[in-house]
Amino acid sequence: MSILEFFRAPRRPTLAATAKERLQILLAHERADRHAPDFLPQLQKELLEVIKRYLAIDDDKVAVRLQRESGCSLLEVNVELPLTTPPARQPASAGSPSGALSPSM
Amino acid sequence: MTAGWQPIQEALLGNVIVMTSGKGGVGKTTSSAAFGTGLALKGHKTCIIDFDVGLRNLDLIMGCERRVVFDFINVINGEARLNQALIKDKRVENLFILPTSQTRDKDALTRSGVERVLEALRKEFDYIICDSPAGIEKGALMALYFADDAIIVTNPEVSSVRDSDRILGVLQAKSYRAEHGLEPVRERLLITRYDPRRVERGEMLKVDDVLEILAIPLLGVVPESPAVLRASNVGMPVVLDESSNAALAYTDAVARFLGDSVEHRFLCPERRGLFDRLLRRTA
Repeated sequence: MSILEFFRAPRRPTLAATAKERLQILLAHERADRHAPDFLPQLQKELLEVIKRYLAIDDDKVAVRLQRESGCSLLEVNVELPLTTPPARQPASAGSPSGALSPSM
Repeated sequence: MTAGWQPIQEALLGNVIVMTSGKGGVGKTTSSAAFGTGLALKGHKTCIIDFDVGLRNLDLIMGCERRVVFDFINVINGEARLNQALIKDKRVENLFILPTSQTRDKDALTRSGVERVLEALRKEFDYIICDSPAGIEKGALMALYFADDAIIVTNPEVSSVRDSDRILGVLQAKSYRAEHGLEPVRERLLITRYDPRRVERGEMLKVDDVLEILAIPLLGVVPESPAVLRASNVGMPVVLDESSNAALAYTDAVARFLGDSVEHRFLCPERRGLFDRLLRRTA
């Protein structure tokens, strides 16, 4: 069997390797969701209130999520600003549309 | 209540082990029957409970389906005493089966009812094996809620591994031990239906792949074996078919569970000689 193998064409990644890789990617996401702390909705609501004091934005323009990378957790806050920004009282207080910090985005 | 949750070494009370998987059809009932029988063969007084209300099958796998008079749900509802519902195995000393109801549904499993029955069983038995239904609904949650140990039954296949990961998350969040900040449920992996030949061909996840993904200690690897079907046909736990690799693998797993260090077998294809191959012998 091993001698026969020598003459075969070089192998592509095995089906099992594909299965393993798919599982690893999928479970990384599912585990991150599972451990999402339950204060996130409240945090999002309060952040929105603070931002609204300075900017006129819609309720659905703030997104907060927590990501876990190897060794650290990443809190990602996305604030989408309207095209016509009212005069900001404090320069660049709320950050750009991608206040995002995630390298994986 | 709290007195029951001491570490096993010091406890005078029995250990509750849940056999769970998330996914159906991976071998929970087969493994509950084999593992429970294996523990009893080692001299430990063992009870196996069927938590799959409405779809009971443990009685059939254990070959005691015609001896069921009262069941787990009758005991929970106070319609029968525990001793009336427990079925003593005719082959193995120290082994009892608590069948479930075939007519009611999972809502019959109340938390306080399950707790009461398990508490009574802990006083009588060394090990209580809870054979979980598939899924993560009420029946599965009740089977794992009071567990001290969990045996996660997994096939080397993507959907089974994913569901096992999910059920591990449930154990870590929704068990009694998790909710009360006690020492976590001890989780161990039992890989079943392992086919070393397909692994060698790169068609099936290796033991190491599954271990790397699920990251819990390995209790055993049970090879795919025709003995499992043969045993279920006649209502015999497969561990009693001593000529089969599956039986040996379960016996090893029981020994490891009890603290022995036993090397894993049946991880590589059996090398068959030309003579065997010509005769097309099967394992």
